[in-house]
Amino acid sequence: MNPLYIEAVGCFAPGLDGWVTAQPVLRGERSYQREELPPHPPQRLPANERRRATLAVRIAFRVAEDALGAPGFTGRSPDSLATVFASSDGDTHVVHRTSLALAGPRREVSPTDFHNSVHNAAAGYWSIAVGARLPSVSLSACHASFAAGLLEAGTLVQAEDLDCLLVAFDVRPPAPLLESWSITESAAVALILSPRRSAGALAKLRIELVSSVAETTMDDVALEFLRRSNPAARALPLLRLLAQRGFGPVLLDGAGEHSLRVDLESL
Amino acid sequence: MKPLRISNYTVTSALGPGRAAQLDALRAQRSGLSQTPFETCTLPTWIGQVQGLDAPLEGELASWDCRNNRLAELGLNQDGFIESVDRLRQRHGAPRVGVFLGTSTSGIHQTELAYRVRDHEAGGALPPSFNFRTTQNIFSCADFVRRRLRLEGVSHVISTACSSSAKVFASAWRAMQCGLCDAAVVGGVDSLCLTTLHGFNALQLLSADLCRPADVRRDGISIGEAAGFAILERSDQPGPALLGYGESSDAHHMSSPDPEGRGAMAAMSAALQRSGLAPGDIDYVNLHGTGTPANDLAEDKAVAALLGTATPCSSTKGWTGHTLGAAGILEAALCLLAIEHGLLPRSLNTRERDPALQVAVLLENRETRLRHAMSNSFGFGGSNCSLVFGARG
Repeated sequence: MNPLYIEAVGCFAPGLDGWVTAQPVLRGERSYQREELPPHPPQRLPANERRRATLAVRIAFRVAEDALGAPGFTGRSPDSLATVFASSDGDTHVVHRTSLALAGPRREVSPTDFHNSVHNAAAGYWSIAVGARLPSVSLSACHASFAAGLLEAGTLVQAEDLDCLLVAFDVRPPAPLLESWSITESAAVALILSPRRSAGALAKLRIELVSSVAETTMDDVALEFLRRSNPAARALPLLRLLAQRGFGPVLLDGAGEHSLRVDLESL
Repeated sequence: MKPLRISNYTVTSALGPGRAAQLDALRAQRSGLSQTPFETCTLPTWIGQVQGLDAPLEGELASWDCRNNRLAELGLNQDGFIESVDRLRQRHGAPRVGVFLGTSTSGIHQTELAYRVRDHEAGGALPPSFNFRTTQNIFSCADFVRRRLRLEGVSHVISTACSSSAKVFASAWRAMQCGLCDAAVVGGVDSLCLTTLHGFNALQLLSADLCRPADVRRDGISIGEAAGFAILERSDQPGPALLGYGESSDAHHMSSPDPEGRGAMAAMSAALQRSGLAPGDIDYVNLHGTGTPANDLAEDKAVAALLGTATPCSSTKGWTGHTLGAAGILEAALCLLAIEHGLLPRSLNTRERDPALQVAVLLENRETRLRHAMSNSFGFGGSNCSLVFGARG
């Protein structure tokens, strides 16, 4: 693929509350302490929608807003960005409530839950909140959802010459789904990607597909645990390199029998 | 854009398994909708149910068993599709063939069943047999299909409600354009479940009557299920081809379309522009046409504004029901069948055409030669996709 440029970053995970806070931790200047996620109402939604927003919508908005509000990012307005929302499972809390209702005698599904149950709920609310009418893809590739989202965003950037907001997110499922599934933390990551290098560009990315190899891991045990706890957190080695203003390859599992080699060069 | 050849395709719906069954039903004017209930559902409604999904999956992929993957398996076994993929794999190599599928609810019916038998003495635990990854997970159908077809290339599932399996054509075109793969299997699988039946009922979008697109007294959808697949390759050989795609977002409302049809119009315009065709070159439009009052009216405005009011149009949801995440591939296949066999399907169950609609809704099947067809798919969250197909001589 052609090179693409990272314009801004958003990050939200237990103990990594926003990209500004996360950078010294990822650089190893501050030790990582797991903390519960603080409340994060979606600022760009109208007040009535904000109150009713589901966990998945909240976490997706949190990182998109973090990226758009990043110091130094004076880039484009959000309605000029195509979007990719990558999530293994969307909102499993909505699935839980709906499945509980359907297991009961009256089978009364909440209409709000039902329209929030679509995998593209976060994308839909984002589009409404910022008036984004450009193409938007909501996808899943299970544990490789961040990698698949990065590829999809990369193809929108290259093949359609669009700037693109990539949001990867998954939420910790409620019991009893938690016992059946390997996502154990909520986490989300956002990247704003462009085909052109702007004055504020943070890094240049080159992505290629390679034969299956081991993924890049985190040295810190707790951060490595976090990386493995959520598909969006698979981005942590890439974010570490960005935080260090470094360069080098990051290897990610792809959704087929292959890996992604992502060469990052900080600018 | 550079067209992609569709070297084989197949589709299975309530009209039957495979292409010939669709064509036979269209010619015999036989709807796939019936009032036979799905599972334990007692809602008064018509559904488009696929027959033959009672036997569990066997063999090395048995752990992927759920209604959605059974439907995928049934769909893959039609029209020599698996054999075509075998040849495709030999031509390009397994790592260079991508798999891009659409679904809205994946294997959620398995989760619904698991929640019925929770162990309340063990804190409400789900049964040990419940396998989240191979059933409920949104990627499950593509993971099943790529394993079943022994393909190793890039893969994802697009889940944008009812535009899901239309958007896979765009995603595959981009992936091939960027060199991520040399060929692709695209398609979609969506199966009946209680979530969609009761969910659409809660939103008052489910009709108790047959789905009647474009009818003056239309009052909602009938839900169906379908699986369909197509092979996309770069080739100048004659045959059916994807000529254009267009995507847009409504930025209006989560579960109702922009009443002016602006998002629909943007997707259709982009598809037409990419195809390099003029409005008059489109010989048939397969409408999204859900049969809800709001959708059909908004879509009508968009089609009339872009193509005028003379182009023959129909929704095929009166034949198959609304197959949600599989609607894109099902209706793409019906467009390809229309081009191949010169048969425009009518808007089945439409008794009295809504006078508020302007476009030329087909009230009878029409036998005619056609060169180009457009298929519209619009979904919750304001996700729109239009595709243009044609046959290259």
